[in-house]
Amino acid sequence: MIYLNSFIFCGLICLIAQLILDNTKLTPGHITTLFVVLGAFLDVFGIYDKIILWAGGGAMVPITSFGHLLIHGAMATTVEVGIMGLMSGMFNLTASGITAAIVFSFVLSLIFKPKD
Amino acid sequence: MDKNKYKNLVSKHTPKENVLCNGLIAFGVGGLMGVLGQALIDVYSYFLNITTNDAAMLMIVTLVFLGCFLTCLGFFDKLVHFARCGLIIPITGFAHAMMSAALEYRKEGFVTGIGANMFKLAGSVIIFGVVSAYLFGLLRLIIMGG
Repeated sequence: MIYLNSFIFCGLICLIAQLILDNTKLTPGHITTLFVVLGAFLDVFGIYDKIILWAGGGAMVPITSFGHLLIHGAMATTVEVGIMGLMSGMFNLTASGITAAIVFSFVLSLIFKPKD
Repeated sequence: MDKNKYKNLVSKHTPKENVLCNGLIAFGVGGLMGVLGQALIDVYSYFLNITTNDAAMLMIVTLVFLGCFLTCLGFFDKLVHFARCGLIIPITGFAHAMMSAALEYRKEGFVTGIGANMFKLAGSVIIFGVVSAYLFGLLRLIIMGG
């Protein structure tokens, strides 16, 4: 059942993005940025946590979960150490994704040559 | 040739994009990416005996690696051209943006090429994500107290 939910949720997010891309002059860069901000916004009232419970992996894969994880890590640290946690905990949960992207791109760009 | 005539000529020769077809492809491919993510979480948490949160982290690392590696092999660009937002919105699009920037600027050297330009496309995601998360975090502290 959770597989069906993740298919529907992740597909819907991509469908909305595709509709925006086709009907406006925004570039893919604008749209990914928009969706990150949207993901952070949905976490203000804890909506995104409920979506993750409902859709599982389908809610973790789109870029909206990046914004959600940023604010989620910040708020979790704020509960422990106070207002400074908003800064010190910002990258707690997304660090693995960002580090992986940096390390893999650097190492692979040494090995492969650009195709043109 | 006046401006209106030119506009008509341009719009006549611009290829029409099938919005419905693009949307369906994006829905299907994006949905399959979501199912793949959930399947990876289940496989990792079953075989490696770790919590769901750790499995989700490992799943994101796997998808980032897949995005980077397929970009290097050269056919992720074609896949993105076919599925558009179905592959740009999942985390693979983030990896693809970084990887293609790193590949493109590699010939300009390590520091001024790769180092300075790796976040050229993906940087906006991180910057706007952090700024908005900070502001929304403050908002949430004020409204709900944590």
